[in-house]
Amino acid sequence: MADSSTMVIGAGSAKAPASRRVGSLKKLARRRSTTALLLCAPLIVLIVGLKVYPTFYAIFLSMLDRKMENFVGLNNFVYLLNRPSFQLVIFQSCLFAITAVVMKATLGFILAHLMHNIRGKNQRIWRGLLLVPWVIPLSLSTLSWWWLFDPSYSAFNWTLNWFGFESIPFLGTTWNARIAVIVVNTWFGAPFFMIMYLAALKSVPEQLYEAAAIDGASAWQKLIFITLPMMRNIILITVLYSLIVTFADFDIVRILTNGGPQDSTHLFATYAFNVGIESGNIPRGASVSLFMFPILATLAFFVLRDVLKRSKEIST
Amino acid sequence: MTSVTATADAVPRKAKVGSLERQNRWALRGSFAALSVFVVIFLVPPFYMIMTSLKSSAEISAQKGSPWIAQNPTLDNFAYLVTNEQFQRYFLNSVWVTALVVLLSMTIAILAAFSLSRMGFKGSHVISTGVFLTYLVPPSLLFIPLFQVVGSLGLINNTWVLVLLFPTLAVPFCTWIMIGYFSSIPKELDEAALIDGASYPQILLKIFIPVALPGIIAATIFAFTVGWGAFLYPLAYLYSADQAVLTVGIVRELIRGDVFAWGTIMAACVMGAAPPIIIYTFLMDYYVAGLTAGATKG
Repeated sequence: MADSSTMVIGAGSAKAPASRRVGSLKKLARRRSTTALLLCAPLIVLIVGLKVYPTFYAIFLSMLDRKMENFVGLNNFVYLLNRPSFQLVIFQSCLFAITAVVMKATLGFILAHLMHNIRGKNQRIWRGLLLVPWVIPLSLSTLSWWWLFDPSYSAFNWTLNWFGFESIPFLGTTWNARIAVIVVNTWFGAPFFMIMYLAALKSVPEQLYEAAAIDGASAWQKLIFITLPMMRNIILITVLYSLIVTFADFDIVRILTNGGPQDSTHLFATYAFNVGIESGNIPRGASVSLFMFPILATLAFFVLRDVLKRSKEIST
Repeated sequence: MTSVTATADAVPRKAKVGSLERQNRWALRGSFAALSVFVVIFLVPPFYMIMTSLKSSAEISAQKGSPWIAQNPTLDNFAYLVTNEQFQRYFLNSVWVTALVVLLSMTIAILAAFSLSRMGFKGSHVISTGVFLTYLVPPSLLFIPLFQVVGSLGLINNTWVLVLLFPTLAVPFCTWIMIGYFSSIPKELDEAALIDGASYPQILLKIFIPVALPGIIAATIFAFTVGWGAFLYPLAYLYSADQAVLTVGIVRELIRGDVFAWGTIMAACVMGAAPPIIIYTFLMDYYVAGLTAGATKG
């Protein structure tokens, strides 16, 4: 409400001869900002009630004991950090997120370049085909991966045998399973990178390449000195955003391995689900999730900085 | 400046254009070849999904011949699912949950975006930044405290919990898209309407919504994707079969049977994947444009 006065200063500073007009303007401005707040109210209620409040509630929950009666301070966090199985979760989450994002970004970059070479109507069809993995609900497509990896019916193994190779237990050993979840995540996420990079590629002015061609630049030089610098921002923000989403990933690991074999593929989210929902230890589950918080907050800080800078540039 | 480049270009143009064209043609062929390989690799799981859905349980268990091809294709799995009451319930639950989530999310997002992009009040910048920030808070960070919240509301194992929670996943991004589209509408347009005596609801309905329709389509598709495909919340809060939605229903209930039900499971996946694929086929351009709106600027 207080803002209505500042707005009126702007509107009425022309020294309107009739003070009556200033009064009605003030009323108008006040009504305007009340309406504005009212229109935002559902959004604010939703965000505060079901996003901000649960975040703080999680911090409170994580400091309780299993029965949620006694306050135990940071005991849950200390306990988790000392457990080898949780140390594995930290390792696996970092390995999963970093490897998958690097692979998605690289693959997306290559795909975007190939796609960029194809112009016109054809591009739409190819792009549509490559977007299919990203369009199917992840939990359903992960099921089909699981069926492809199935120990006794695996179609991959049938193909390997047909070429004369040994069968591979795709989800049976630690490293195979780790690679498998990364592959599925890459398969799902690479198309997103592709469309982001494709849009960025399209926005690079063609004259730059023409000028470089006249100067005798090779394809490699064009990539290093034109494409990459022009796409720097979008690469950065997509990678940061994807790191957040991949760190917090749940569906793939839950369906494909459910953390196995021997808890070696658990991510923060799936481990929190096992501890918090399935074993019923809500406080400890909350503390598992909260381990993601500092990582995500750091990444979010950089994303936000970039987005704000960008929106300022656009608005001016 | 134009005259200088024109004269400089004039002499060697012919030879250069020829070689560039040849170069381009080869680049095009190479791109097509490489893309074909990638498309084949990327489409293996959906292809196998469809193939398995066309196999009978007997064919799957017999393990004769190539698993990549359905030797005696049959639609029995689909016929079974269409008449299966449990599957019907999952599907219907998914449909009404998604419809409500889209409606609710879009209403909240459009109203808020209109207010934030046009009626600027003190703190509106803080709110828009905050909205974007909450978009970066993933559901896997919140599902345990929300379990308590949902429990205290008495909504555990009630499909309505999704109508309450899915908008939290959809609204921040939808609002963000809509703010972008609304901000790109020239201020003169609504100022003119205001002078002509239009009210804010009229401006929103008669100017903003029609002009920003591509953005609305993009945001709607996003909300639909969330409502149709999200997995964690329904898995955590809905445990009985009659309350489940498609994603959880297929993963949890159908797999309980013996291993040879895979034909049915994959048929269920095909049916679950069909609505998004159909929608994307027609509206993908809008969605991609909405997603990449930021990428093409700056």
